Amino acid sequence: MPELAPLVQVKSLSKSFVLERSWGGKPTSVLKAVDNISFSVAKGEVFGLVGESGCGKTTIGKLICGMFSPDSGQILYDGRDITHLNQKERRSLCTEIQFIFQDPYSSLNPRMTVWQTLSEPIAINGLLPKSEIGKRVDKLLDCVGLASYTKSRYPHEFSGGQRQRIGIARALALNPKFIVCDEPVSALDVSIQAQVLNLLADLKDEFGLTYIFIAHGLNVIKHLSDRVAVMYLGKIMETAPKEGLSNPINPYTKALMSAIPIPDPNRKRERILLSGDVPSPINPGPGCRFASRCFAASPECSLSEPPAQEYEKGHFASCFNAAPAN
Amino acid sequence: MSDSIKKSSPAADAWHVLKQSKSAMLGLIIIVFLFLLALGGKLILPHDPYIGSMAENFQPPSAAHWMGTDELGRDILSRIIDGTRISLRVGIVSVLAALVVGTALGATAAYYGKRVDMIIMRFMDMMLAIPDILLAIAIMAALGPGIDKAIIAISFVTIPQYARIVRGCVLSVKESDYIAAARLVGNKDWRIIARHILPNVASAIIVRSTLGISSAILDAAALGFLGLGVQPPYAEWGTMLGSGRLYIFNAPYIVVFPGLAITITVLAFNLFGDGLRDALDPKGKIR
Repeated sequence: MPELAPLVQVKSLSKSFVLERSWGGKPTSVLKAVDNISFSVAKGEVFGLVGESGCGKTTIGKLICGMFSPDSGQILYDGRDITHLNQKERRSLCTEIQFIFQDPYSSLNPRMTVWQTLSEPIAINGLLPKSEIGKRVDKLLDCVGLASYTKSRYPHEFSGGQRQRIGIARALALNPKFIVCDEPVSALDVSIQAQVLNLLADLKDEFGLTYIFIAHGLNVIKHLSDRVAVMYLGKIMETAPKEGLSNPINPYTKALMSAIPIPDPNRKRERILLSGDVPSPINPGPGCRFASRCFAASPECSLSEPPAQEYEKGHFASCFNAAPAN
Repeated sequence: MSDSIKKSSPAADAWHVLKQSKSAMLGLIIIVFLFLLALGGKLILPHDPYIGSMAENFQPPSAAHWMGTDELGRDILSRIIDGTRISLRVGIVSVLAALVVGTALGATAAYYGKRVDMIIMRFMDMMLAIPDILLAIAIMAALGPGIDKAIIAISFVTIPQYARIVRGCVLSVKESDYIAAARLVGNKDWRIIARHILPNVASAIIVRSTLGISSAILDAAALGFLGLGVQPPYAEWGTMLGSGRLYIFNAPYIVVFPGLAITITVLAFNLFGDGLRDALDPKGKIR
């Protein structure tokens, strides 16, 4: 991966959701979905975000796309601060940043045909004259491997994989440079997952796209990503280039890596089993979020948060008791 | 199975289900018949609905007067046919007016939420706290009698019903991913409401307004009966009931036939509305 200027930069971003308020309106129960997270994504890079359900990966994606507004922190796109934009400024970004949704069943308007879904973005932004929109929609459908005669159909006439392709085509319709892929394959069959992942990889090369790729399975992430961040309860535990992941530093990443199935029955592997459940992300105490389940935890872990340290080039981890890289 | 090859749109699917409901089809046939009567009734009137002869008053049903004559000797059948136009007009126009205003208010309240929602919906609650017919009577008392004023009164008092339904539906739709996607590709708020949200809540609105037509016709009849709605000599069914009630023991046919006309019309719209609800309900989809 050549060093390039960052396209997207996230600086100490935080977002919490208030679950309960007291009578006076003071929040009594707060879920910290994203807690002081920073990272940057270079042009043309695929940045993977992994973590268990509820760890805040999707929230990060939605914050970048402006679907939520952050409590604090900063989001830069191409050097420009896009943290707090008004509706008009946000709309002007639609030709730059797009989003692929997790659930292909709820992300398509059931009352609109494929043609309407795909032509609308182009028409309302006035990207092309009316006469050329038809050709463009055909090309989009071709890009995602759907026949052009399907464009008069409604979403309920398609399978899950086909719907996800329509969702991808919609994200591509405005020629964006950056796409947040929010678990685009987790709702699909394993046999279809590979197709969609390969499609995303091909499209990236064809259009020079940059992705943030969110997933909860490491095998899916490794397939596509150049760099991976491992999240746990609103925090990034470890950031590493794809290759560096096979040499995990943070105990949580170690446990996660050991859980990937290996398709070889004879190969011995050490499985690290975590005890206990994921603790509640509501009103967390000080210290490392993972301390309560960590096999390497020491007393200081629950007192203060471990800072991120660089162990190898581009390989950061936050842990007090991490073994130095060998 | 051959149907699955045919093009399937939401509207075509709904019609397919609707066709299989006998009661809804019966309702639809009656409604179409009523519309034909309203539009072309003038051509088939057996007698003049407004001029009778006093010599022929209080005649029971006979070959000359199928439904008898009223206290002024006017032919009741002719008056009922003429009244179809008035009743349908009141029903449809007042529902349309209430629907447009109610949808705009409900969608705005739900889409923008917070304070906007608070102000609009509390105002609707205030209107709902007063019984419909009482509020309508109060408005009629202020505006004076007449068919147009009856329409205004009825549509005004039914606005909250539509506003509430639309608000509920919009709330359930507006958080879906496809609305977020619509915003992300650069749609403006009004376009999201009009092109993405409303088509997805249309089925509930259509069902409610079909049923609303029947209650509007009933309200109009009630106002007419109380002497506040359409004024004599116009042959509105409720007005006919009101002026005929004095003779109910001597000449029951004076009130029976207008009453039947109201009942059948209301029933037809209710049957059709129920069928529509089943047909448009996504959960009850029969393939």
